[in-house]
Amino acid sequence: MENLISIFLNSVFVGNILLAYFLGMCSFLAISNNMEPAVGLGFTVIFVLSITTPINWLVYHYLLAPGALAWVGLPLVDLSFLKFIIFIAVIAAIVQALEMIIDRYSPPLYMALGVFLPLIAVNCAILGTSLFMVERDYNFMESVVFGASSGMGWMLAIVTMAGIRKKLRYADVPEGLEGFGISMIVTGLMAMAFMLFSGITL
Amino acid sequence: MKITRTKAFKVFFNPIWESNPISGQILGICSALAVTVQLKTAIVMGLALTFVLACSNLSISLMRKLIPRNIRIIVELTIIATLVIFADQVLKAFLYDISKQLSVFVGLIITNCIILARAETYALGNPPLLSLLDGIGNGLGYSQILITVAVLRELFGAGKLFGFQVIPNSFYAAGYENMGFMVLAPGAFIAIGLIVWLQKTVSKE
Repeated sequence: MENLISIFLNSVFVGNILLAYFLGMCSFLAISNNMEPAVGLGFTVIFVLSITTPINWLVYHYLLAPGALAWVGLPLVDLSFLKFIIFIAVIAAIVQALEMIIDRYSPPLYMALGVFLPLIAVNCAILGTSLFMVERDYNFMESVVFGASSGMGWMLAIVTMAGIRKKLRYADVPEGLEGFGISMIVTGLMAMAFMLFSGITL
Repeated sequence: MKITRTKAFKVFFNPIWESNPISGQILGICSALAVTVQLKTAIVMGLALTFVLACSNLSISLMRKLIPRNIRIIVELTIIATLVIFADQVLKAFLYDISKQLSVFVGLIITNCIILARAETYALGNPPLLSLLDGIGNGLGYSQILITVAVLRELFGAGKLFGFQVIPNSFYAAGYENMGFMVLAPGAFIAIGLIVWLQKTVSKE
């Protein structure tokens, strides 16, 4: 239990997937202009990450990892080099399926999240979380917590950024620095603030 | 006709400076920040991305009339993922240490927005040779920013370049200290912000 709480705190604050590992920067910069889409995309990322990370865990540990195919009598097969292509295929398929399910059963949710779902398939935060999950050797429960809390960390960052950019619109930014340049510097300052959490250990 | 006026020349050189994928088109920033603590990893990452981008642009452009519109994203992702697996295996075989340091970021070339964006906006509508040049040009433009950021971060953060001591010991004796800040994540964000500022100001004049 303690272990899970520590993974949770670590991936929301200290090892924030966006501010410490730089994943999902493209959509972060494109969407954080306005508050509402930022919140929508944030929820979508949490949702998709909590589903894809455990599923990729199952796929990796029962099909791809060295010796994982022992259950069909092939203990010497190592397919782990295929993980990139399989993970991205799983993510794309799940996103596509989710889009159809949400459209069928919850039109209001589809209206809110629908536009973001196709964007998500190529968001590096999603693939990156699955790859980190393999690299850090998490077990199944840990990967569930890791997926969900990485999403929360990402949402926390994008919503904060949207708030800051709203205020920034009235600021007098030097010529040439407006837009992309100042966003990067603000993100840098935010990352600095998040580093203060790194003293916290459980 | 002068060589600088040809279309191929423009396709190749525009992305290196003017419409640079990172600072001009704002694409592929994720990996640009993460691998730039050291110059060595930045160069390897730049080369790997240039290779994948050039090959994916070429092969997608060759197949552009065969790919059905509705499933093009999946087809593109499959081509890109295959090339990335190839690059990853080569790095693991010949540059094992660097591949360990790059860890997940080689795999993340798949979702690097530069590659998909060039495939979608350029390779799908242009002949193979121009697409190849566009791929190499964008790859080099990306590497150029990566290397600049890495030089700044390694020089000021650790006083080294390629792992060799560059700042003389007499500086340290006189009280100079490495900026630990540059090695950390926030240093990368701020370095990129300043580079973009410089590039915008210079290219305006």
